[in-house]
Formats: sequence, C-alpha cells, structure tokens
Amino acid sequence: MKKLLDTLFYLLTLICAVGTMIALAGIIFSIFYEGLPLFKTVSWRSFLFGTAWYPTHANAEFGIATLIAGSFSVTLGALIIAIPLGLGSAIYISEIAPPRFREICKPVIELLAGIPSVVYGLFGMAFLAPLIRQLFHLESGLNLFTASIILGLMVLPIISSMCEDALSCIPKAIREASFALGANKWETITRVLIPAAKTGVIGAVLMGFGRALGETMVVLMVAGGSAQIPSSIFSSVRPITAAISAEMGETVFRDLHYQSLFALAIVLFIVTFAFSLLSELIGKKK
Amino acid sequence: MNRDVYAKIGISALYAAVVCSVGFLILFITSIFLKGAGVLSFEFIFSGPRSAMTEGGIWPALVGTFWLSLLAVMVSVPIGILCAVWLFAYAKSSRLVSIIKICVNTLAGVPSIIYGLFGMAIFVNMLGLDVSLISGALTLAVLSLPIVINASYEALSSVSQDYMEASYALGASKRQSILRVLIPTALPGILTSVILVTGRVAGETAPIMFTAATFFNRQLPKSLSDEVMALPYHIFALMTEGTHAAKQGPIAYGSALILLLLVLSISSVSLIIRYRLRKKRQW
Repeated sequence: MKKLLDTLFYLLTLICAVGTMIALAGIIFSIFYEGLPLFKTVSWRSFLFGTAWYPTHANAEFGIATLIAGSFSVTLGALIIAIPLGLGSAIYISEIAPPRFREICKPVIELLAGIPSVVYGLFGMAFLAPLIRQLFHLESGLNLFTASIILGLMVLPIISSMCEDALSCIPKAIREASFALGANKWETITRVLIPAAKTGVIGAVLMGFGRALGETMVVLMVAGGSAQIPSSIFSSVRPITAAISAEMGETVFRDLHYQSLFALAIVLFIVTFAFSLLSELIGKKK
Repeated sequence: MNRDVYAKIGISALYAAVVCSVGFLILFITSIFLKGAGVLSFEFIFSGPRSAMTEGGIWPALVGTFWLSLLAVMVSVPIGILCAVWLFAYAKSSRLVSIIKICVNTLAGVPSIIYGLFGMAIFVNMLGLDVSLISGALTLAVLSLPIVINASYEALSSVSQDYMEASYALGASKRQSILRVLIPTALPGILTSVILVTGRVAGETAPIMFTAATFFNRQLPKSLSDEVMALPYHIFALMTEGTHAAKQGPIAYGSALILLLLVLSISSVSLIIRYRLRKKRQW
C-alpha cells in the first residue's frame, strides 16, 4: 500500500513536470498552426521585408518590416534610457550608498517591478504625452519618444535590480585589493567592478530587451500606431505587439488578417526565444 | 589631483542617475495617486458603471479580476508546486530534467500577448470555451506556471537537507518525507510565491483581451462561461474605446489607483513574509 502510494505520488509530480512541456508545446503549436497557413498565399519574403501593412484593404498587403522597425526602435529607445539610469543607480546603491539605504531600496525596486503595465500605459497616455506635445510643439504626444520613456521607466527596476545582484556577488576581497593598490572609488568601480560584473550586466540588458520587446499595453497605448519606418524620434510607430492586440478584434476567424497576426506572433516568439537562449548561454559561461 | 576630479565627477553622475530614476518613479506614482484619489469614494468601488461609462464605479471589474486571479492561481499553484517537487526531490540529472528546465525558462520569457493568442486559439476556439471567465483564467494559469515553479523550487531548496535525512532515518518513505517534512517546512516560502503570483496575474491585460474581458457588462459573472469585466482591461478600454474622454479619464485614473493599491499591497505582504523568514532562518 505504502509502495503504491509512493509510486502514485511520484507519477503525479512527474505528470505536472511534463505539464510544463505540454504548455510550451501548446503555445508553439497554436501560433504555428494558426499562423503558418498565411504563407500559402503570401510569400515569406514579402511578409518579412515588405513595407506595406494594409491588412484590411481590398488588395491586402502584409509586409511587416515597418512593424519590426517599430518594435526595435521603441525597444532601443527604452534601453538607451534604462541602461545608464539602471546601471548607474545599481552601482550607487551597492557601492556608495550606506547599507541601510540599500535595505530600503531592494524591496522598493521589487515592488516597482510588479506594477501592472496598463498603469504605465495610462500614465504615458494621460500625463506624459500631453506634456511632450506641448514641450516640443508636436501634433501628437503619442510617439516613439514618449513610448521609449515609458517603456524605459518600466524596465528600469528590472535592469537595476539585476545589475545590483551582479555587483553584490563580487567578493569583498576584490574591492579591497583594488583599494590597496591605491585606486580610488571611481577607478575601482570602472576598472575592477564593472568588468567583474560584466556577464551579470549583459544578462540584465538582454532581460530588459526581451521585456521591452514583448511588452504590449504600453506600446499599444502610447506609441501612436502608424505602421511606418520611423523618420525621427517623434514619429508615430506601430510595434508588433501593438499591431496584434489592436487588430485581433477586427479579424474574421481564420481569414488572412487573422493568420497574419499569428504569423507576427511567430516572429515575436522566435526573436524573444533567441534572446532568452542567448542570455542563458552567457549566464552558463560564468 | 586629476584622478580625484574624475572620481568626483563620476560619483556625482551615479548620484544623478539615482536621483533621476527615483524622481521619475515618484512622479509616476504620485501622479496616479493624486489624480486617482479625486474620484475615489465608497460608491466608486461598490457600484457598476453608468451612462455609457461616464459615471458610476468599478465593482463588476473588481469582481471579475478577483475571480480571474483566484481561478488562475487555483489551477497553476498545485501544478507548479508538484512540478517543483519533482524537479527538486525526484529528478536525477537526466535529459528530461534539462528539457523541463528549458521549458520553464522559455515559458517565463514568452511575451504576454502570445499567451493571449494561445488562449484564444486553444481555449476559446479549439476547446469551444468561448470568450469566458474560464478561458481567461486558464490562460493566466499557464502564464503564471513558470513563476510558481521557480519560486516554489527556491523555497524547497532553502530547506536544509538534514531535515529530509532525519525523516528517512525515522523510516519514512520519500513521499511521506516530502509531504510531511519538505513541503510544510517550505510552506511559508511557497505561500510567498503564491501571493506574489496573485498580484502579477491580477494586473495582466494582454492575455485576457481576447479570452475573457469585455468592455461593459452590467451583471456580475454568474458562471464560468460568462464574459467578465476586469480592472486592467477596464483602464485600457476607458482610455481608448470611450467617446467621452474628459469624463472617462478621471475614472481611468481612479481604477488605476485601485489596481495599483491592490497589486502593491498584495506584493508587500509577500515581501514582508519573506523578509521575516530570512531573519528567522539561521541554519
């Protein structure tokens, strides 16, 4: 009896573990099953490199180059804001600030990382966008620049928290050795600590990249929504996630438009998967 | 001398980065609090929307979010904990272990909108559950699974190996040791992860857009197959689908404040529990 229960319990845990495989397989299956039929009608070349995204026209065109450009430009903008601020505050918190400040900072950063993205979106739409519009005399404040700021603000806690972890993993002896050689605090930070925490910092950047690229609500609400290659930092853009979420409601079940949105999801999945793989490989090297 | 000047400038720059980040975040949170606090009232929380979403409150959305999160957590927590138990206590280093670990990490990195499409394709269409409370809850359950697994695994591995060995020495089988010693000892840590996941799930918008959420529903959900209003989606819909921006803006801020308070209080509880645990634990 005891033996039987032991085996049953083992099987139950095994089934749950295999359940994660099934969940991932289900996700991959669903987006490929619904998205791949698009390529019977549209060639993958014109899909990936076409610059005309007119999915609802009579002569519908499905070129996603502008959407890809939208996604990458917003993500890049967010990282340009979040990396210096995130890394800078991480260094300050772990190396310069008194330990008590750090004890307060750590949980606050964790709380901030849990704020729902739709709240950031609301802030961008109702507070920052009108401000940017007035400040730069634009027609609309919903653009690449505003979306980058909000998205940067959103990934800032994540990047900062991961960089702080990487820095606090460095043994104290390394800092002391650097000071003993006569280096001051700044030299120790730039020549010793940052190189030592390099893999952790790169991991944080890749994590931030994946998060920003996959984020939906902020870009849907704040990026403006025009499918075009951005010509300035104040251009309105339509990232992949925004296109999927904005248009799915208009599609007819399994028509070309519906399939093209799932095909977009395939592209998004492959890119984010590649990045998480990359960050795992870099982490393993360490 | 020159070196000291560089150091001064560099450290001031770091200081500026902190001030800038903190300033940004304070601006963000205070603006939500100030603009949201204006509309908060007993009636705002406990009544439904009226007059084409320009008046009234958010009660149906709160109830919808409550059911969505509760059902999602009820599905994902048992599965996630058992999976973590397998990974921690049973799995030997085999190919299956590394495959499952890769699966969990990959799931954790999948963008939330893809979970939404997955839920729509599988639960809504293929299984015929339609846009409903249950479709949305299942989608959110899959989304929260990797978080539960990782957090439970961490809680399990913080239990000293001596406890398990003592249990074996008393003649208990592996299952008995896991159920009577390992899980009870790790329970506070596991609970923390459950609370944390609830907060995360309550704030998700993209996964429920096409699986559960509806812009307006006068009634509270009565069964699993009803469409529901949900707080995060409500904020989004008020900002983008409404026709009376001037009147809906304040309601959106009020809803955002409630959502923020909800999520922040849930996650502070879990952080406090974890903080106490770390202080108490001395092995």
